Amino acid sequence: MYDLLSVRRDFPVLAREINGKRNTFLDSAASAQKPQVVIDKIVDIYTKSYANVHRGSYQLSEEITSEYEQARKTVQKFINAKSEQEIVFTRNATEAINLVAFTWGRKFLTKMDEVLISEAEHHANLVPWQMLRDEIGFELKIFKIKDDGSFDWEEYCKLLSGKTKLVAVTGMSNVLGTVFPLKEMISSAHAVGAKFLIDGCQYVVHHPTDVQDLDCDFLAFSGHKTYGPTGIGVLYGKYDLLNAMPPYQFGGDMVNIVTYQATTFDVPPSRFEAGTPAIVQAIGLGAALEYMMNLGMINIYQHEQELTNYMHRRLKEVDGLIEVGTAEGKGGVFSFLIEGVHPQDLAFILDKEGVAVRVGHHCAAPLIRRMGYESLARASLGLYSDQEDVDTFIAALQKAKTFF
Amino acid sequence: MTIEELIENFEFLDSWEDKYRYVIDLGEKLSPLDDKFHTDEWKVQGCQSQVWLIPNKQDDKIFFIGDSDALIVKGLIAIVLMIYNHKSPSEIKAIAVEDIFAKLGLSDHLSPSRRNGLLSMTEKIKYYADIL
Repeated sequence: MYDLLSVRRDFPVLAREINGKRNTFLDSAASAQKPQVVIDKIVDIYTKSYANVHRGSYQLSEEITSEYEQARKTVQKFINAKSEQEIVFTRNATEAINLVAFTWGRKFLTKMDEVLISEAEHHANLVPWQMLRDEIGFELKIFKIKDDGSFDWEEYCKLLSGKTKLVAVTGMSNVLGTVFPLKEMISSAHAVGAKFLIDGCQYVVHHPTDVQDLDCDFLAFSGHKTYGPTGIGVLYGKYDLLNAMPPYQFGGDMVNIVTYQATTFDVPPSRFEAGTPAIVQAIGLGAALEYMMNLGMINIYQHEQELTNYMHRRLKEVDGLIEVGTAEGKGGVFSFLIEGVHPQDLAFILDKEGVAVRVGHHCAAPLIRRMGYESLARASLGLYSDQEDVDTFIAALQKAKTFF
Repeated sequence: MTIEELIENFEFLDSWEDKYRYVIDLGEKLSPLDDKFHTDEWKVQGCQSQVWLIPNKQDDKIFFIGDSDALIVKGLIAIVLMIYNHKSPSEIKAIAVEDIFAKLGLSDHLSPSRRNGLLSMTEKIKYYADIL
């Protein structure tokens, strides 16, 4: 049983008023709010047990190192990785993808190869591959999606070939909400000998994720979208792959033997965690993932799917509203346009009604243009979203329309 | 209308709804911009909507024409032009635009974190005052 009222009480910011109105926060896809357990954990660490990690011959450092490594185990459990050695802490998902591009990519891609991505990628899973292509000279292929935003097997298979060395796609589009059939895509990719990277930023927030079952080679996601702190992200990689990759950055905490002449590097994951890491943020992320697992990912998924269907129905009531991205089984992300109303104007009025939505290209400018627009408004749901959020939002849209 | 008259009119508007309707009305009344100016050259960067601003100089006075594809933003542009138009460069630099927007109760639109381009636009105006 998903106790939504109690869940909402776990997020103190939801109780504050915005412009004298109920806080109707519909921008969780950009960054999610934090539950009290995460806030408490952060305060607790700074109050009682802060020190640097992996240094310690003293109590505080030992304590915090154990907390930090425990957070890694929590991530391992959250995505069901085989070992915690497969979990690399990064600054965010963008850094996780860049890390793969500039270590695995530089070592294993040649100009004879192809990298395959979809039309629905966030800039973070597009620009790094463009930059690497310019450097190495491989071909960057982009498979088409259907006009309603849904996945197109034919287009995917058309571009997947023996030349494909890597498929890098979003698990769930941050603009369209489309959820890709990852497991089947991965097995087709493996059949042609390609590795598979999932940009899991949206996917892991809303779905139970099992990297062993999916059999993906890499998975990147960010902490702040999974109800954890900013400044922390995760790269999962199969251990053999990580172990074959050179370091990404150089400095302390990632080395084995250092002399003035030469250095040997530590094994993963510490090989990829140069310097003092985001200690408290990693521990905060651990607390956030524990929180989600306690609620149960399947329960979160079911709650959000119900609310997604409700939102979809209610959006249809708004005359002139175009929902962009209507794929079957989509997640709780709603990009839309109201005919005759600029998204920016709409956002001004929604804000006065206490409703937070995002406006613009959502860091996926080519996708927005491919769907035929320059700018869209987007409302997105989180595990704490409820029917009243949707109702307030729809009422605010109806009100906004009277201005234009 | 002068900016003083606008401030007076605004005093009669109690709710944000009435203020926004008034701002939209100002936007609708703004003279249309010739299509040849709808180019990147005249675009003000850093906005979630498109904003264009074109400066002209007559004698020692500067005046601007502007436009946006968003209506509330266009109304805000009308107010900005009311504040700055037909002034000399030194007069432009002396204007405390924040105070005027505070009097209008529209201060939040000038905040640097609001990426609606209004702040970028006032900065661009000051830049033109410097170089023209």
